[in-house]
Amino acid sequence: MRLLIIEDDRESADYLVKAFREVGYVADLASDGEEGLSLADSGDYDVLVVDRMLPKRDGLSLIGALRDKGDRTPVLILSALGQVDDRIKGLRAGGDDYLPKPYSFAELLARVEVLSRRHGGPTEETTYKVGDLELDRLSHRVARGKDELTLQPREFRLLEYLMKHAGQVVTRTMLLENVWDYHFDPQTNVIDVHISRLRSKIDKGFERPLLHTIRGAGYMIRDGIR
Amino acid sequence: MTAFGKLVRTTAFRLTLVYLFLFALFAASLLGYFAWNTRRLINEQITTTVNAEIAEIEKIYDRRGLRGLATTLGYRALRPGANLYLVTTPSGTAFGGNVESLSPGVMASLGWSETAYRRLDEQDTANHRALVRVTELDNGFRLLVGRDLEERRRIFGIVANAAQWSLLVVIVLGLGGGVFVARRVLHRIDAMTGTTQRIMAGDLSGRLPVGRSGDELDRLAENLNAMLERIEALMTGLKEVSDNIAHDLKTPLTRLRNRAEEALASSGSESEYRAALERTIEESDGLIRTFNALLMIARAESGQARGNMDDFDAADVARGIHELYEPLAEDDGLTLHVKAASAALHGNRELISQALANLVENAIKYGKPDPAVQPLDPAVAARSKEILIEARREGDSVLLSVTDHGRGIPEGDRKHAVERFVRLEASRTLPGSGLGLSLASAVATLHGGELRLGDAHPGLVATLAIPARAASGDRLAAQTQDVPQKVA
Repeated sequence: MRLLIIEDDRESADYLVKAFREVGYVADLASDGEEGLSLADSGDYDVLVVDRMLPKRDGLSLIGALRDKGDRTPVLILSALGQVDDRIKGLRAGGDDYLPKPYSFAELLARVEVLSRRHGGPTEETTYKVGDLELDRLSHRVARGKDELTLQPREFRLLEYLMKHAGQVVTRTMLLENVWDYHFDPQTNVIDVHISRLRSKIDKGFERPLLHTIRGAGYMIRDGIR
Repeated sequence: MTAFGKLVRTTAFRLTLVYLFLFALFAASLLGYFAWNTRRLINEQITTTVNAEIAEIEKIYDRRGLRGLATTLGYRALRPGANLYLVTTPSGTAFGGNVESLSPGVMASLGWSETAYRRLDEQDTANHRALVRVTELDNGFRLLVGRDLEERRRIFGIVANAAQWSLLVVIVLGLGGGVFVARRVLHRIDAMTGTTQRIMAGDLSGRLPVGRSGDELDRLAENLNAMLERIEALMTGLKEVSDNIAHDLKTPLTRLRNRAEEALASSGSESEYRAALERTIEESDGLIRTFNALLMIARAESGQARGNMDDFDAADVARGIHELYEPLAEDDGLTLHVKAASAALHGNRELISQALANLVENAIKYGKPDPAVQPLDPAVAARSKEILIEARREGDSVLLSVTDHGRGIPEGDRKHAVERFVRLEASRTLPGSGLGLSLASAVATLHGGELRLGDAHPGLVATLAIPARAASGDRLAAQTQDVPQKVA
């Protein structure tokens, strides 16, 4: 995966480039808005990581310029402004995801992976399948092997989101945002409780667990050890 | 500035002067109009009388000649309050009548004129004035008939007198009133100035004196006092917050530093290093959460978060939060219920959801029944483990409340509990930032409402009371255009 990081703070930019390279991605760096725009124009990137406030041209106008040219490359906005309305402004300007600073690299990585998959991967499918777990989005049926599973509506949406991103790490914040549509940070382990309920329904009594906890990052649904 | 100078410079005094001038002008024009009309009326009356007499006398002269004229005049001149009569020969000598002398040249011109005169039968030597008309009889004889103007002069005298006195009274009363009002105002303004100077010097607890009359100055003083109250509260709040931040952030920061130092000093294994680093990350995440909550509160309190308001149903918020927290409550041995009646609300849905989530988190954390008072009746015991989220409309307010049956908050501590970083004794051992209720309160205030803490006998009822249709759309539109600032 090729990434372009547009960030003016040298130290965090270097940290990001290094961290992405460690997980095996190619990451280029631009340190102001103009440079970022010309690099994004010329290079073929899978995801752009854009700081909201940049010298010469700010992040939002950079995204606007890209979108005007018909460039649909997924953009993740990084910003020190973490409030709800700032997030909405960022998404309205054409960003695909918004991550307030300070963030953990695990969170950023999980989101970047989801974005790149959405861009290049298959379009919305009607059924998801992980191992012997099957979810039908139209009939709202979930089955594991021959057993039909009964899920609450919210559990269904939680599983649907996890299975849509099967093999990818999804963080607690991503779940809260995408399954519940809340953008605040609960002080309790409320998501973990929902996951453990879901887990008891889809994994309990089966030999191979599918829903895994990824320490320090979040959760992943996948078949076996990959 | 002298005391008199100050007095003269007051608005009240200047206004008085303007009114004084206007009233004087008004009185003068009223009297002038009266005088002018009186003069016109008297002149008219005299003219009519004189014309009638001339017509009568001319008729007599036509019928009976000079002899008849002389008899008539002699007879008429003797009547009390008589008019003036004079007939002259063509050579200008008096032929008959009751006039001894006239202003020179009166008889020479025909028609109306005013003249000084003296009567034949009069003893006093004072000159009187009269309005007279001179007509010509045939063969050069001239007839003068006129009437005394004493009446007119007297009326004029009265009017002039009235004018003088009224002007004097207006000036004296006006100036006196002006000085009185100006002094009163000046006195109160001086008192206010004194207080504000003390306040500016640093004594924020000072308040302006408020009278009992409820006039504009009292209202101003009341508003200024309310403003001072708010400023004082904000200053105290600011001071407390900075003290608390210093204290509450110093503790985890010190812990963070000590841990890193300890890990560095001890030559531990890689897994020990790893554990130390993980704890460091955890600790800094906690710090970040605290900072985020503080920023959120600050934004809500400053009214910046007014953008992004829309219409939604409070019942949906209650149900959503119930759905999110129900499993967590169950894991903690509590049952979370929701009772939601549809109630339209205008506001920031995300913030209100977060405020309600904070209340529910608090209820789950602190709302467990007191283990020391275990009810024997299983029904009562079950009830004591219930937490209820409620949404309803009451009057003009939309209420979102969370009721638990834990220990509650003693009445005396409730006000205190809402303050930033305050963690009541009972909760010190549990994790938390001490900002949950502060944020809920700030969100309620942002929407023009309040956070109420009450007693659930036993337990706590925390209610977000928000006015239905909290803010108008226009104001919101104006608020959304805020410029991003570089924070990082």
